[in-house]
Amino acid sequence: MSGYLEGILVLLAVNVVFAYGAFLPVAAGQLNLGLAGFAAIGAYSSAYLSNAYAIDPTFAILFGGIAAGAIALIVAVPVLRTRGIYLALATFAVGQIVQATLLNLEVVGGAAGYPVTAFIRLPTIAAFATGVVVFVALLFATRFGIAVTAVHDDERVADLMGLNTRAFQIAAFTLGSVIAGIGGGLYAHHFSFIEAQYFNIGLSITIVLYVLLGGTQTVLGPLLGAAVFTLLPELLRGSANWRYVLFAAAVIILMALRPQGLLTGEQIRRLLGVDRQGRSALSREPAA
Amino acid sequence: MLGQQIINGVMLGSVYAMVAVALTLSIGVLNFLNFSIPGLFMIAGMAAWALIHAGVAWPLAILAALAITAAVSLVVERFTWRWLRGAEPFVPLVSSMAFLLLFEHLAIAWWGSEMRVLPPLFAGTDWRIGGFVIGLPQLAGLAISIASIFGLSLLLKRTSMGRSLRTIAEDSDTALLLGVDVNRLVPVVFALAGLFAAIAGVLFALNYRQVQPFMGEAVGLKGISAMIVGGMGNTWGAVAGGLIIGIAEVLSVGYVGANFVDISVFGLLLLILVVRPTGLFAGLPAGRGGI
Repeated sequence: MSGYLEGILVLLAVNVVFAYGAFLPVAAGQLNLGLAGFAAIGAYSSAYLSNAYAIDPTFAILFGGIAAGAIALIVAVPVLRTRGIYLALATFAVGQIVQATLLNLEVVGGAAGYPVTAFIRLPTIAAFATGVVVFVALLFATRFGIAVTAVHDDERVADLMGLNTRAFQIAAFTLGSVIAGIGGGLYAHHFSFIEAQYFNIGLSITIVLYVLLGGTQTVLGPLLGAAVFTLLPELLRGSANWRYVLFAAAVIILMALRPQGLLTGEQIRRLLGVDRQGRSALSREPAA
Repeated sequence: MLGQQIINGVMLGSVYAMVAVALTLSIGVLNFLNFSIPGLFMIAGMAAWALIHAGVAWPLAILAALAITAAVSLVVERFTWRWLRGAEPFVPLVSSMAFLLLFEHLAIAWWGSEMRVLPPLFAGTDWRIGGFVIGLPQLAGLAISIASIFGLSLLLKRTSMGRSLRTIAEDSDTALLLGVDVNRLVPVVFALAGLFAAIAGVLFALNYRQVQPFMGEAVGLKGISAMIVGGMGNTWGAVAGGLIIGIAEVLSVGYVGANFVDISVFGLLLLILVVRPTGLFAGLPAGRGGI
């Protein structure tokens, strides 16, 4: 396999992992604009563990995910008190604080960046990405998925039906951050160098765009969104700058014509031949 | 030294305040966090540079930059607010983020990504008062900022258009039932927001004499912080927030070190969002826009 192809597939796998990190909170009705911050926590903590203590990268990456999740849990309790736009802005502030803190943390290189000695290749990264997709798909086939969808569709009714809406929101936010942290760890151990500047608000926005473009009603939406918008620009070639222009234009047009995203629950049900009551691991009820 | 720092902070703060007013107008009337505003700020600054660079007389260049930016803001309205009213609440937000990305990369395609420098149009017009240096464009900029914000609040409070806009802010469905032409008035909000972002962008370009395609991001993020500090939807709160953030930034660069500016500004932002999400000055419940 050529290095170019491997590079693209690695990027695809990492983007898929990030997309699921953003999908979980979105599925519960929250917009996490601080995702890059949690990815950065995962990247830096896993890199530190594998650099300083020579821990196997696989375990270091999992620890990185747990570290990101732990910070998310601490932050979630006060931040999820806020709603809607306030919540989006609070997560955005968290992301900015993480980035600014890492820029000033000399243990991990500060603004100069942090080299990572351990190296993982495509098979490991693809295995992680597959694991994340399967995990989220299974998760949404359980009561958890139904409950999170209910919280997303109507929080008040979900609350009246006896669901602990806050617990589900915190769980979705924290699990999403664990996944984002794992994605950050994968990125760090393949590209061998991380800098805090990479994990900026632009990264958070791009990942959220993948998810919304793919569609938030089914667990396959983020996979499609991340795949289309990682691979399409590669096929178009051209300069990196024009890729961004095309990506942004595609987002604007798609959101105008198809605000529910590329893939909806209804389409998948039709494809699989199950009715709305039919049980299907892949489908979720569409938003009201 | 401290006095000069505060003067510089007020000048920077007046730019943040204008951006914050543009943002707060969108939130207050439409309940829409318009992420394209930092992009509009950049378009105004870059357009002013490009026109002056091409030999257009500066007053004409400034007016053209303002007009172009307001027109672009109307394009944003078509694709964010108008088409997406029934969609999930964060879909317009997402589209406006895409517009920011689009503007930045179109600007790179058009003008290149390097830092562009404006000629010193007002050299030798600095005033020295008791040891303090105040630039004429800075002073004029501050006056223009205050005048335009004052004009905006008169427009909202005293005119019939202002009353209609406040009705939309209260409840856009009810406004429609009461005969307010929402589709005609929403573009006005976008044009005004675009104009405020444009004035900020032109002032920034003339005062700091440096423009580049990503100039909107840092200022936009500070503008968002200023808006939250002042209370979303509150025009004069946004002004106060802008001045607080501007002075805090200049003072922390001067006394603590530039590295800690972001931690302190965004830490303050997070604290306010969690403890007092309505901002320091608003008496309104969170999520309801009052102007």
